[in-house]
Amino acid sequence: MSGLEVALQARLGDFELDVAFSAPAVGITALFGHSGSGKTTVLRGVAGLARHLSGRVSINGQCWQGEGCFVPPHQRRLGYVFQEASLFAHLSVEDNLRFGWKRLPVAERRLAPERAVALLGLETLRGRRPERLSGGERQRVAIARALLHSPQLLLLDEPLSALDQPAKRTIMPYLQRLQDELGIPMLYVSHDPGEVAQLADHLVLLDRGRVSASGPAAELLTRLDLALARGGDAESVVEGFVSFHDETFHLTWIGMAGGRIALPREPIPVGRHARVHIKARDVSLTLSPHNDSSITNVLPARVLEARDISPAQTMLRLELEDGQKLLSLLTRRSALALSLRPGLRVYAQIKGVALGG
Amino acid sequence: MDWTTVWITIKLASVTTLLLLLVGTPLAWWLARSRRWWKELVGAVVALPLVLPPTVLGFYLLVALNPQGWIGSFTRWSGIGNLAFTFSGLVLGSVVYSLPFMVQPLRNAFEQLGERPLEVASTLGAAPLDSFFNVAVPLARAGFISGAVLSFAHTVGEFGVVLMIGGNIPGETKVLSVAIYDHVESLEWAQAHWMAGAMVLFAFVVLAAMYLVEGRSRRRAL
Repeated sequence: MSGLEVALQARLGDFELDVAFSAPAVGITALFGHSGSGKTTVLRGVAGLARHLSGRVSINGQCWQGEGCFVPPHQRRLGYVFQEASLFAHLSVEDNLRFGWKRLPVAERRLAPERAVALLGLETLRGRRPERLSGGERQRVAIARALLHSPQLLLLDEPLSALDQPAKRTIMPYLQRLQDELGIPMLYVSHDPGEVAQLADHLVLLDRGRVSASGPAAELLTRLDLALARGGDAESVVEGFVSFHDETFHLTWIGMAGGRIALPREPIPVGRHARVHIKARDVSLTLSPHNDSSITNVLPARVLEARDISPAQTMLRLELEDGQKLLSLLTRRSALALSLRPGLRVYAQIKGVALGG
Repeated sequence: MDWTTVWITIKLASVTTLLLLLVGTPLAWWLARSRRWWKELVGAVVALPLVLPPTVLGFYLLVALNPQGWIGSFTRWSGIGNLAFTFSGLVLGSVVYSLPFMVQPLRNAFEQLGERPLEVASTLGAAPLDSFFNVAVPLARAGFISGAVLSFAHTVGEFGVVLMIGGNIPGETKVLSVAIYDHVESLEWAQAHWMAGAMVLFAFVVLAAMYLVEGRSRRRAL
């Protein structure tokens, strides 16, 4: 059995936690929920840091917690990145990085410090003291330090939430790159839908101590019965391959079975798998393929479902020709004017796209 | 200056401080991290020497050390012999008397540390003892320094307990504070001045050094 299997229960005063989910052995699984939904408790339970949780945790068929088995945290091969900077103040950046690495048997070190330093761009920081780093730099060191422990699973507890917007933007690409280059499965706690749309391959939604849904991110992000697709800033994720770079207009084209999408030139090689996330409010609909529109990205689609998310707005769930799902947020007025209903063929005009992991 | 007395004083303070590091560290660790309600009772017992007159402490120690007392009968039975009016007895008394001066700063330092650094260490593969020595101890360094300095200085300055259980045996249990008392008793004011002045200077140098070190590390942390 590969991947992570979790079933944990606990009672903490009024709060009752009872979760069960599995996560694939590859990719980023996001544990998404509002504060107080129990995300961090679950993550601590997986790490073995929350002893009051009962239940089972196993990774790739190997028991970490269960009947007659409890592996203490220091014997679990995991990496944990805490919400706030957690570097050891008495050690330099270099010694922080080597803390877990040094404690591994030589044969089990799958990553060299130099490689981790290069992956997270820490070349100029190695000799510094933690108190001389910015918040974003500290978190990058913490991520590299966790990776150097050669984890079977990397746990991240809202690692970006304490950072400002620019720092977030600089770390995000590092996380995506890690996934591409190292392939270590990650369990990522977040309450930020944008972060989830950009990073997650797989989603586990938590609501008041229970799992309300879990599955592939592209699927769950567009399910209109779930909270994620009912917010004004809902996003969907579409996958494809880099088909070519247009040097004249400085565009990168992403091809999919159901059409193609252009975005501002990105330095990724042709043929590489790419994921774009599209805000629902950036997608408008027409009934015929306009050739006189200023919008470059137009994809044929079919309406699957429509739901009013407020008295003024309607959210639509569309299916592209290759089966991928797309969200579109319209005013209720336009939705009625076009008499949009399930089964109708439409053209999705996409105003803005951003590249994800 | 009576150098034998100075030597005994320094030896007493050093041995006491070393023993207190060994006894006080696990005690402070437990007080800082245990969740049992009755740990505060233990904390209160540890703090007792702060408020009790040294003569009270000395009196009970003397009773316990006496061959019929519970410590005395144990030491006699185990072949250590009689401790009252010996250097070893003095060490024992000093350890009890200075215990809070080691335990309080250490407990504060360990409490300030919180759970997080140890959790981080465990997720990086450090076993509990490894975490303790390589994370908790270095991070609580300031607590160790003030605990050691305060215990040392406090032991050098003790008087009541020494007089009660150590007496005043030159070359064995006679320490500076008692020697000053002797000099004053026999109206040798000049010698008393020398010794008292030296102790004021010593106390100042020790405390100044400690504050300077602490101030520097605080400035560095900013």
